[in-house]
Amino acid sequence: MKNKSLVSINDFTKEQQLRILDISEEFEKNPTQRILEDFVVATLFFEPSTRTRLSFESAASRLGARVIGFSSASSSSVSKGESLKDTILTVSNYSDIIVMRHPKDGSARYASEVSPVPVINAGDGANQHPTQTLLDMYSIRKTQGTLDNLNIAFIGDLKYGRTVHSLTIALTQFNTTFHLVSPPELKLPSYVKRHIKDRNLAYHQYTDLMEVIPVADIIYMTRIQRERFSDPMEYEKVKNIYNLENAMLAGSKDNVRILHPLPRVNEISLDVDSNPKAYYFQQALNGVFVRQALLATILGVK
Amino acid sequence: MENEQRKELKVTAIASGTVIDHIPAQNVFQVIKILGLDRSKEMVLFGTYLDSRKYGKKGIIKVSNTFFESDEINKIALVAPSATLIVIKDYKVASKSKVEIPDIVNNIVKCFNPNCITNAESVPTKFDVIKDEEILKLRCHYCEKTTTKDDMVFI
Repeated sequence: MKNKSLVSINDFTKEQQLRILDISEEFEKNPTQRILEDFVVATLFFEPSTRTRLSFESAASRLGARVIGFSSASSSSVSKGESLKDTILTVSNYSDIIVMRHPKDGSARYASEVSPVPVINAGDGANQHPTQTLLDMYSIRKTQGTLDNLNIAFIGDLKYGRTVHSLTIALTQFNTTFHLVSPPELKLPSYVKRHIKDRNLAYHQYTDLMEVIPVADIIYMTRIQRERFSDPMEYEKVKNIYNLENAMLAGSKDNVRILHPLPRVNEISLDVDSNPKAYYFQQALNGVFVRQALLATILGVK
Repeated sequence: MENEQRKELKVTAIASGTVIDHIPAQNVFQVIKILGLDRSKEMVLFGTYLDSRKYGKKGIIKVSNTFFESDEINKIALVAPSATLIVIKDYKVASKSKVEIPDIVNNIVKCFNPNCITNAESVPTKFDVIKDEEILKLRCHYCEKTTTKDDMVFI
């Protein structure tokens, strides 16, 4: 995987994905190793994403790498009208690997094609965010001991949620049963369901969150994002439709864990945080280990 | 019948070159554009809305002294999947073939997704052709979204 860009989760085979998870485990046991002292990591964030950027920068720093970059387009030469290609070619002169977040769909694939150094996609518009998918897979495997044969429930905006689409497609490699809870207007798109059907796996659709609580091994909550709605009335109708409260978890399985890509708004009540089944903050921490594994692997150190 | 006869005359009028027949009548100008015939220095003859026994109405293009590689001619499959290619040499039909739908389409069609990088920067478009349930779809190499036949806009 040395020098291999990661744009879409499908760029890595199942075996390569699992290898990244295994290496992530090593970093969880020993997170501070100065194995990337000779490397410069560029983090180019053409749109702000504080959480993802800090997670990458933390991962790079703990491995001893230098980090350069910018955190919004307004503080880069984009504001002077520079093309993405020129920015990438310039920055690749200064760095050994580029981590990029960009508002346009497909920008990461394009960057990986023009860049002489490998590119890790940290989110390209509404398209892909593969490091989120890998950290979700890591969190599921760590809490359940396996990725195989699980009942995974996704709740909220399944139509526009890029995180849900990529994770669903990745999990079809592991004989997952999918439980999909959403308002009718935010159901999982047919192209994602197609992936489930192609593997002959089962999926069940619900509108009531309570129906999936007793069967789920993972409850994956998502935020309903205001910016996805062109009609504000539509957003008002569904914005608070799902709210997971601690009392609702009474009938849940012992092994169930609650995941959320964060930031959360109203979809998980604060009283869930102290429940040992809440896992979303550890999930965010796991993102650092997974990004350490990716940096080290792609730079050829692991 | 008059149209049919006139068409026959025009086909034979080319000493050497290529005839593209059975083009959907409304797509002749797109075919001309895709093949770059609007910039050709050779004689180009074309007809639209000619009577056809097989297709009702059809279009036809004849180009002198020009022969197409299959990669090049297959580009028109998106707008003229039923087209027949006739190579004329010395006033005679040298060969006839059908166009084939290619696996990859480069820089002919715009991506339907307004947020795609190809619509924001000068990036040549690239699509994988998906022949799914008889419906032709193009999957963008960059944004991974699908452009269907009805949404295709030619560059």
